[in-house]
Amino acid sequence: MKKESAKSLRAFAAELAIYAVLVTAYFFLVLNLLGNWLYRLDTQHRILYAVVALLLIVGQAVVLDVLTRALFGLLRRRWR
Amino acid sequence: MFFPISNSHIDPLYLAIVGFLIGILGGFFGVGGSFIAGPALRLMGVDWNYAVGTDLAHIVGKSIVAARQHRTLGNVDLKLGLIMAIGTIGGAEGGAQAIQALKRAGNVNTVVSWVAIVVYFSISIFMLWESQKTLRSHKGRSQNAGEPKADHSAFGSVTKRIQRIKIWPMVSLPTSGIQEISLWTILLVAVIGGFFAGFLGGGAGYIRMPSMVYVLGIPTHLAVGTDLFEIVISASYGTLSHAIKGNVDILIALVMQTGAVIGAQIGAVATQYFAGPKIRLAFVPLPLIGVAIVLYTLLTGHKL
Repeated sequence: MKKESAKSLRAFAAELAIYAVLVTAYFFLVLNLLGNWLYRLDTQHRILYAVVALLLIVGQAVVLDVLTRALFGLLRRRWR
Repeated sequence: MFFPISNSHIDPLYLAIVGFLIGILGGFFGVGGSFIAGPALRLMGVDWNYAVGTDLAHIVGKSIVAARQHRTLGNVDLKLGLIMAIGTIGGAEGGAQAIQALKRAGNVNTVVSWVAIVVYFSISIFMLWESQKTLRSHKGRSQNAGEPKADHSAFGSVTKRIQRIKIWPMVSLPTSGIQEISLWTILLVAVIGGFFAGFLGGGAGYIRMPSMVYVLGIPTHLAVGTDLFEIVISASYGTLSHAIKGNVDILIALVMQTGAVIGAQIGAVATQYFAGPKIRLAFVPLPLIGVAIVLYTLLTGHKL
């Protein structure tokens, strides 16, 4: 039982580590590629800015979560 | 780092750390963490309207991650969450309109600060009283050993009376163990929570999570998970509404979210090791931290 919970805790920590790398990379990508465009959008097209802002936030949570699980699954298969 | 949308200079590491801490609290207590995020952004010189809107934006992503984690633990009542989302959105719009009116009147910072102090302080005092009373009355019973999700409340008799109010239509919430409750009671709780979400920022979990436990009678673990699910919907709406009004700096929100999504997962997993009254007792200092930060900024005149 203890072994099992230690194993699942390790898997959880590994998944978190992958996720942390991805979310940080995602932010820098958005900052470099969309930073100026977002600023202009906020001043000129508020409604579009609002939609893009929500998509960026949801994307960071959902897409990266899916990506993390896929990556983690791939790594686990390689380790076996 | 300069954030041009809100015209502010903030260290991104500070934002990520604040996000991480709020993420843990969010995942564990089912709150957005605005009682800390709002003042923490104000402390860095971000205007209240931006602090409120930006905070809502980062809450969306963090709550998606935490709610997913709680769903796998069986802590989400989807039916209750969807009903509450309707009321919360209505209330949130009212709160956002109140912020706009205060912006036009030119005293948004002072009014929001004082309302925040009164609300946060009242919640802390009530939860301290209730959780201590519950823990004292259940001392010696093996609540922790077998069933960490088993829940009791010293406010239980009032909750039962509220559940007996028969105003049609009545709904049943089998996932939460409630046979029958008036739809209007659920909506009222949601509207009040939503108003504070729009007015003070965040998902208003600091009001809704306790309300779900004390007014609706939802077990604490389910209240935490369901609240997070509901926050995803209502905070998304709030983000859109505030962004259209020019109150969201999405770049600040994204930096905060890098820390928050990690913390949220840790917090969500941690809930399974604690009983309901202990989670509620641990909740008590959180709004008080918010009070302390708002008081500090008020007394020192730091950008208020």
